Amino acid sequence: MTLETILQVAAGGLLMGLIYALVAAGLSLIFGLMDVVNFAHGELMMLAMYAVFVIWDASGLDPMLQLPLVAALLFGTGMVIYRGLIARALSVQFNRGMVQIFVTFGLAIFIRGAAQFVWGGDFKSVNATWLAGRSWNFGGVYLPLPQLAASVVCLAAFAGLLLISRTEFGKALEATREDRDAVALIGIDRDRIFALGWGLGAGAVGIAGVMLAGFYYVGPNVGVSFALIAYVTVALGGFGSMLGALVAGLLIGEVEAFTAAVLEPSLKQIGVFAVYLGVLMFRPRGLFGKL
Amino acid sequence: MALLEIDGVSKSFGGVAANVDISFAVTEGEILGLIGPNGAGKTSLFNAIAGEVTPDAGEIRLDGAPISGLGPVACAERGIARTFQVVRSFDSMTVLENVMVGAFSRAGHAPVAMRAAQETLEFCGLANRAGRFAWQLSPPEKRRLEVARALATQPKLLLLDEMLTGLTPTEAQEGVQLVRAVRDRGITVIMVEHVMEIVLPLVSRAVVLNLGRVLTIGAPAEIVKNPDVIRAYLGDRYAAA
Amino acid sequence: MDNFITRRRRHELMVAGGLLVVAIVVPLFIRDVTALNVIILSLLFAGLSQAWNILGGYCGQISLGHALYFGMGSYVSTLLYVHGAIPPSIGMFAGAAVGGLAALLVGWPCFRLSGHYYAIATVVVGEIGYLLFLNWDYVGGATGVYIPIAKPSLLNLQFGKDKLPYLYVVLAFCAATWLAAWLIEGSRWGYAWRAVKDDMVAARSLGVNIFSSKMAAAAISGAFTGLGGAIYGLYVGYIDPDSVMAGHFSILIALPAVLGGVGTLWGPILGAALLIPMKELSSSYLGGSGRGVDLMLYGAMIVVVALAQPQGVVSLFRRRAHGPA
Repeated sequence: MTLETILQVAAGGLLMGLIYALVAAGLSLIFGLMDVVNFAHGELMMLAMYAVFVIWDASGLDPMLQLPLVAALLFGTGMVIYRGLIARALSVQFNRGMVQIFVTFGLAIFIRGAAQFVWGGDFKSVNATWLAGRSWNFGGVYLPLPQLAASVVCLAAFAGLLLISRTEFGKALEATREDRDAVALIGIDRDRIFALGWGLGAGAVGIAGVMLAGFYYVGPNVGVSFALIAYVTVALGGFGSMLGALVAGLLIGEVEAFTAAVLEPSLKQIGVFAVYLGVLMFRPRGLFGKL
Repeated sequence: MALLEIDGVSKSFGGVAANVDISFAVTEGEILGLIGPNGAGKTSLFNAIAGEVTPDAGEIRLDGAPISGLGPVACAERGIARTFQVVRSFDSMTVLENVMVGAFSRAGHAPVAMRAAQETLEFCGLANRAGRFAWQLSPPEKRRLEVARALATQPKLLLLDEMLTGLTPTEAQEGVQLVRAVRDRGITVIMVEHVMEIVLPLVSRAVVLNLGRVLTIGAPAEIVKNPDVIRAYLGDRYAAA
Repeated sequence: MDNFITRRRRHELMVAGGLLVVAIVVPLFIRDVTALNVIILSLLFAGLSQAWNILGGYCGQISLGHALYFGMGSYVSTLLYVHGAIPPSIGMFAGAAVGGLAALLVGWPCFRLSGHYYAIATVVVGEIGYLLFLNWDYVGGATGVYIPIAKPSLLNLQFGKDKLPYLYVVLAFCAATWLAAWLIEGSRWGYAWRAVKDDMVAARSLGVNIFSSKMAAAAISGAFTGLGGAIYGLYVGYIDPDSVMAGHFSILIALPAVLGGVGTLWGPILGAALLIPMKELSSSYLGGSGRGVDLMLYGAMIVVVALAQPQGVVSLFRRRAHGPA
């Protein structure tokens, strides 16, 4: 490998890693708040991608302009899912852990089926966007603009999540996470915080979905492989840790890119999984996990 | 004769010393109180005896053989049984099944374990609850269940962690009777309690810990008169109140 | 000694015996191939889910990677037949052994992890197995392996077009897993495993070795899953990574137990009896259009049952089975 190829691969891994990090951040936020792993997380991303496609198909509105709209849409979807299903799953007396796994899992299958029902099984793609086909050349390293824009937006969204954690609302989130029962005493509505947490988590993965739609095909199963990577990212970074999600996302992006380049593209996930299992042997709670 | 010997045990967690150079011996057949204000290092020492915590220095011996660092399973096999400050019951199982888990540590076959568990339940006054699920019990019944489960392992030494705390006077009195009955079976008992007046009438001797060190060891009558104990213990309590 | 536990266990054995007789006799009068197929798959998944239940339900280790042991079992027995001419009736036990061994190898590192970390590690290990088999030419890679058609016999476990013998083989498998679970429930292991599931700290204070309990449960669970995989491979006559090792298989193995009632004897059977016919019928009547209605039904049913009966459908019958003495 020449230095140029190495830089090119590393750049590709970085761009992808930032998207993984944002997808994982939404998952991690929800988990950190209420110990729930959302197994429908990938399907939320898929919904965001379809939303982009539908709006673009009907009006030609560029994905970049749709960003606030679709993010808000997903924010609402997340809150609805919390109010409709998760609040109920959290209130069961027995097998709470298992119930929440399978409720979100059943939801994932349902959403996948619904997508297939509405849009069919074939792949859609959003093309002829402003950025499509364009790239920047940094001293021989090509950075495709859609990917570059995606990673910049993801980084910004990540920063946004960190900023939110500094606000009053963020402090309420933190307090809810630390002591679920005590917050009720100081007048924080736990249910509302949880619903907003789901909104934020879904909004984050929605933003990732919008940006991804600019250069990735959309199909009913597109969420599956991204969700798998997201679970690995969250477990690698440590459940509930935002910083962990960022570091692990970048690490996974790079490992994936280099495994694909050095070995074979079809084996890229094996590299990721091997690194993940290796790290977990030494840090059973991930790189930054406390939970 | 000393059943358990604590010999110069020290333990710190993240730079904070929980136990410093603790030494004392527990005589076979006695009820020993382990008391002290909050943060005195009772729980840490208790967990070290039960095998949950490995001391940084020093040694713990049961019947003359070192047990420190062997882990809870080996300690249970050698005859140390315990209860928990916050009750831990097997909630998906019935009361009888809970106690059978303990009985299986000595019994190879289910009928033997079942008979032993039923006897233990009768001894602890829970026989009429055998078919209930553990989660259906009242809090004092759950404490008894923990004692029964621990006794079913046929221990030499029973560690009780704040077993009487939070009970009404009547319930506490029943608990006291149970502990005496356990001792009368020849089982040595160590009771950790935060509140002195609950435990002093029951024990033959008490070890008072303060700030991770042994403050004094003696009979209850000596303990209540010891000015150091009054200063550390009552002073702390009044300051907190 | 006669008490509520021994009475309950005797009662369970009698009910199982009765059900077994029904399951032997009733198919004799069924000629419809589709119906027989649904019964075979239901029995197979009842057995597989019981195998999962031994680790996931009794010992509380939520494995989402059982497709690995399933796939290993079907590959080992198939390849022994194709490359080694070892008849499947023997090869399937080799498949079981490899399934159990694989579960031990996975458990050794993964049982140090707790809760969600464990669950996700099992997903990943299963996925690694899938990708490796997909890229491994000796085992047929993505093209898969056809099981050569042989003279119908019990030795070959092939019965031509006749479905009934398959049904009895699968019934024997299902009955064996149930009996294993029943024996475990009454044994020292069963008590230790349930204690591990409910409270590990309390369990080890009573002398229960956590790690070896999980490993023993994993070995038995993996072995039965491998056996089921071998039988499945013979039944469908063709295996590839997508049909025996894909991640959704892991979920399909766990689901009947979860919906029926985890850590119970009847949960996996009840769950499979509800789930598999519904899934098969909806995919053959609604799935053909490719419109995803079957998936929507399937997903919605999982959500509704999980929320409405968090202890599983079996809890509707529980009062009688678990009442006090």
